[in-house]
Amino acid sequence: MFPKVGLSMVQVLEKLGHTIECPEATACCGQPAYNSGYWDEARLIAVKTLGALETAEVVVIGSGSCGAMLKVFYPELFAGTPHAEAASRLSQKCYEFSDFLVTKLGIGDVGARFPAKVTFHDGCHGLRELGTNEQPRRLLKHVRGLTLVEMKEKTCCGFGGTFATKFPMISTAMGEVRCEVAKETGAEYIVSNDSSCLMHLQGLLDRQGAPMKTIHLAEILAQT
Amino acid sequence: MNGPATEFKVRAGQLTADLRHRQIIQTALGKYETVRDRTKSSFQDWAGAREAASKIKWEAVNHLDEYLLEFVGKLEARGTKVHWASTGTQAREIILSILKDKKAKCIVKSKAMTSEEIHLNEALAHAGFEVVESDLGEFIVQLRKEVPYHIVFPAMHLVRGEISELFVRELGSAPTQSPEELTMIARRVLRQKYVNADVGFTGANFAVAETGMISITENEGNARLTAALPKTMVTLMGIEKVVPRLEDLALFLPMLATMGTGQSLTCYNSLYGGPRQPDEPDGPEEYHVILLDNRRTELLADAEQRDSLHCIRCGACLNVCPIFKNVGGHTYGTTYSGPIGSVLTPHLRGLQEWKHLSFASSLCGACTETCPVKINLHHHLLHNRRNSTRQKPGVFEKLAFRAFAAVINRPWAYALCKKAGRFLQKLHPLIKGSPLDPARSWTRTRELPPIASQTFKEYWHKRQSGLK
Repeated sequence: MFPKVGLSMVQVLEKLGHTIECPEATACCGQPAYNSGYWDEARLIAVKTLGALETAEVVVIGSGSCGAMLKVFYPELFAGTPHAEAASRLSQKCYEFSDFLVTKLGIGDVGARFPAKVTFHDGCHGLRELGTNEQPRRLLKHVRGLTLVEMKEKTCCGFGGTFATKFPMISTAMGEVRCEVAKETGAEYIVSNDSSCLMHLQGLLDRQGAPMKTIHLAEILAQT
Repeated sequence: MNGPATEFKVRAGQLTADLRHRQIIQTALGKYETVRDRTKSSFQDWAGAREAASKIKWEAVNHLDEYLLEFVGKLEARGTKVHWASTGTQAREIILSILKDKKAKCIVKSKAMTSEEIHLNEALAHAGFEVVESDLGEFIVQLRKEVPYHIVFPAMHLVRGEISELFVRELGSAPTQSPEELTMIARRVLRQKYVNADVGFTGANFAVAETGMISITENEGNARLTAALPKTMVTLMGIEKVVPRLEDLALFLPMLATMGTGQSLTCYNSLYGGPRQPDEPDGPEEYHVILLDNRRTELLADAEQRDSLHCIRCGACLNVCPIFKNVGGHTYGTTYSGPIGSVLTPHLRGLQEWKHLSFASSLCGACTETCPVKINLHHHLLHNRRNSTRQKPGVFEKLAFRAFAAVINRPWAYALCKKAGRFLQKLHPLIKGSPLDPARSWTRTRELPPIASQTFKEYWHKRQSGLK
């Protein structure tokens, strides 16, 4: 859905001298099934991901939500199964993209330029499951030409996976509230480290005919 | 779909579209957050306080049998009659028999969510007793024949004008926009009720095992009058309210006030340890305490979700919950609303009938982040979801996830689906938003992103092939 995120991550990481591998056999972490209560079905997918990432030195994930699934929820999903140890090993080497750059590599400035006024939306999984809060902001503050304006509160965009279609009225109301808070900042872009939040907010903004745009953090960091 | 789930969806549909409601709740809770944060910052170490509170509650809940017996022993030694109720029905029967025994006519109540849980007011009214709620918010919702909107702020959905109209209609008072005057109107009515009441009924915020005392937190003095004036006092409490030591209140009373209302301490915090003793000048002649289980012991047996019994009913999780803020308290159709209600209700009232509340969440985790006793609220929503589908899977949904797994795990099948998706998306505008649209629940209010002409995987595959 959002190939630019992966492309931009590759661009940034290769520029920093890392070798990227991307296992072609995996396409999903299994979170939709997991969050819907179907843990057996989630395991069918997750076990494949677990195997495919076994040999990686570190796993960098461009979404706080998928990152939380691998890092926080896999150990619970596989608890008491023969894969418990593998899940625990994977958990320890998983990093959300901004967390990898800032915490693991100690980098704040990736040499990006993006002349615009932006606001940062914290995806809830990244913020509360992974504790990713300062990392993306530190990266954004180093982007040339970029002005970061904070929103008055950190609340959910209302996406929540299948929640968005099971309870569309609640999801939409939450998203509307979030869009209003974002608009109050006067920013041109909402930046996030989670494409699913951005998809939800952009879907609402487009329907409203609002000029505000959404963009993934990695896409900004890849701009020079 | 079952009854409560359908009702929830209908009410959620109405309330999320009600922009006036949204404004009232967002404004009220915005103010709450400001004062809560100010008070929270007066704690030297809030994280440490949470950790300590969680440990104390863990200790109490994991040794509930011992602490309850200690608590009861101390209470009984001072002449309190203690009753054990396994179910709400039993608790109601015990209370009714006390009232009949005392030949009571009028009962004055201070705020007690546990009494809402067992639908006490309906039962008492049905049996011919006059029941008066003395907490101002509860008094207001009782006049409106409503249940509390919120466990701490029962009437937060109402504005002054509505309360004035209600008082004009129900109490014959003169219209006013002044909160002080509105309070005085309620006070005049209530003062007479205290004098007339035969029985004073209260809940409990904490039950101190060490001293055998009930702790009640309030702001209006109504609980003190409820406890002091009538000849008989009755307290109903859930068995999980026990804390081991009196000194534990030094942490819990400010913590409850901070998270409940943003106060450092509430105006009144009182301890009750029994009926009037021979050397005491006042107090009730008779004191009854009813300990309510109502499936709490089943939750106690659930090691994964046992920490839900730590809850001190501060309401903080409701106040930060974006679901609660948008659907409001009445939409839940439960005694306890918001995140803690969505976690507890399936345990207290049936998993299949109330599981929808655990699904009606974006799992944002704001509740867990704020909970002063560190209940893992949003993960328990996931546990309830898992338990409900294990017990009774949705046949279509299970098949769909199986099919999804089969496609995702096979690159060729996934590639085929992407191609089909790109083709079908071109046709989508023909049916978009109509009842034929399979994505209607999304597209009624939101645009869908286009499926990219080249996915990252496709790019990567080409790049790797090129390198080779």
